[in-house]
Amino acid sequence: MSSSISRGGRSGDRGESVAAEFLTIYWRDMLRFFRFRALLFSSLVQPALWMAFFGVAFTGTLTQLGAPATTPPGATSVSYLTFMAAGIMALTTLFTSLFGGISLLFDKLWGLMREILASPLPRSHILIGVNLSGITKSFIQVLIIMVFGILIGVQFFSGFTPLRVLVSLLGILLFVGIFSFGFLSMSSTISMRMESPESLQAVITLLSLPIFFVSNALYPAQAFPPFLQAAAMLNPLTYVVTGIRYFAIGPDFYALGTHYVYTPGMVLFSLLFLCLFALAMFTIAWWTFEKAVVT
Amino acid sequence: MSEAIIEVEGLSHSFGEVTAVDSVSFTVRKGEIFSFLGPNGAGKSTTINVLTTLLPVQRGRILIAGHDVATEPGAVRRSIGIVFQEETLDRDLTVREILEFHGRLYSMPREERQARVEEMIRLVELEKKRDVLVKHLSGGMKRRLEIARGLMTRPMVLFLDEPTLGLDPQSRLRVWDYIRQVNREGTTIFLTTHYMDEADSLSDRISIIDHGRIIASGTSGELKDALGEDMIYLETADDGMTTGILLGLPEVRAVKPSLRGLSVTIANEGTKTLPVILDRLKAEGIGIRSANLKKPTLDDVFVHFTGREIRG
Repeated sequence: MSSSISRGGRSGDRGESVAAEFLTIYWRDMLRFFRFRALLFSSLVQPALWMAFFGVAFTGTLTQLGAPATTPPGATSVSYLTFMAAGIMALTTLFTSLFGGISLLFDKLWGLMREILASPLPRSHILIGVNLSGITKSFIQVLIIMVFGILIGVQFFSGFTPLRVLVSLLGILLFVGIFSFGFLSMSSTISMRMESPESLQAVITLLSLPIFFVSNALYPAQAFPPFLQAAAMLNPLTYVVTGIRYFAIGPDFYALGTHYVYTPGMVLFSLLFLCLFALAMFTIAWWTFEKAVVT
Repeated sequence: MSEAIIEVEGLSHSFGEVTAVDSVSFTVRKGEIFSFLGPNGAGKSTTINVLTTLLPVQRGRILIAGHDVATEPGAVRRSIGIVFQEETLDRDLTVREILEFHGRLYSMPREERQARVEEMIRLVELEKKRDVLVKHLSGGMKRRLEIARGLMTRPMVLFLDEPTLGLDPQSRLRVWDYIRQVNREGTTIFLTTHYMDEADSLSDRISIIDHGRIIASGTSGELKDALGEDMIYLETADDGMTTGILLGLPEVRAVKPSLRGLSVTIANEGTKTLPVILDRLKAEGIGIRSANLKKPTLDDVFVHFTGREIRG
């Protein structure tokens, strides 16, 4: 992984080096990720545990409550486990990303941020590097959930051709990546503005609750009261879940007695929404970084 | 003498209402060790933070290696190395990785980077700790690693902010040795310290800073000479008579009773004046129990210029 220096004759400061210096930040972050065995282990096992306990237990509960099975003949009907697996993938990405910027706070507290800010590295690269490592972690987790889920009976990609499975996988990673990018940027902004890990934790916990519940991740949003439905429409989590379900299950299926139809237009709209969200969050984070003074 | 590598003119910096640095001007010459000596809170770190682009330039003009700090921070960053006052090491990386990370931050090409990492590890004698996590290093080793890191990119100027703060005496001497060695090899050193002996032993030139202003500058010798006085401590058989006789001598400026005997302030030719005083007292028949000549230290210089002692 070598980087090159290209120095223009410009007197200006920006754009002096166009090399991929964000890879430096990425390199260090991944080094730490694989070094802390406990952290690595928990981040890999936690999503699987969600699937195993919550998924299996809730599926059983719903069966006992006698969820209406009004699936017309010939239509695709999926189990709750399959339905919620997409939600768990999105939620895991949400939490990993929301806490992904915390390394910046620790760098700030430990004084390491000064070393980085005093270097010629453009500040946007710090952000991109941190985001890239957060996305990598999310990808690893999402893939684990898919593999583990399929092992315990999640009906993903059922009846798909190998080519369609490949396209679907790429589609899922695209949605997860952009969604993750947005929340990582949000997390970086919060981290740069906070003074202690405790306050960061408090802010993020508070933020994550409405995002978590006011969405279609674990249950259909159709039954929400109108104001919650409106809120769910503004929630990026709703859109990433839509994308994942579209690619993993299909455009037309029944789950929990609800009929889901995802048209290509809806999927495209979801992608656009996530892109806008990510762009907005990145802009705010960038601005925060450019202003940041750490001494 | 040789050309200037740091030129600071009218630098001021304030935090809200508090003025930390007040119209400071100085020049550092290429190849020298230049010290900012002053108590905590004198404005040393603020100055270093502005010079190293960590704080914006509010007022004044700073040129480092020919680059304006305000308009070309990138070029300045590429010309300097910094050892911060507080530890700024990732405790979960190894010695090699710390240097590797730094080289990457400065876009050093891979081969040069790897060669330089090994070279730096040898320089600060951390070969045996090469693959040890930073958290397992002693305070002195961490400091040496930070110095090595500051030198990774072959900077023209190395900034050292209180380089031996909190080190044991042995580690301290070792760090001094590295600083001298690095300087001999051509790196200009700008260091801040509140240790008199550190400034005295390392620096070619010193600026004393207090309350954000430079109050005196020069070589250690020049600063001491600027006091224009040496001290002689005398214990005699008759302090009263001695005082009378000494005040009659043109070389003597003041005579004060001290803990045991008298402290005599004289012009700075102490080594010549002492025999004159002793001869005179002998001639008057006054017995002398002890005589002690003391050249001023930087502590005395500091007290002279600020009217108080430096606090650790």
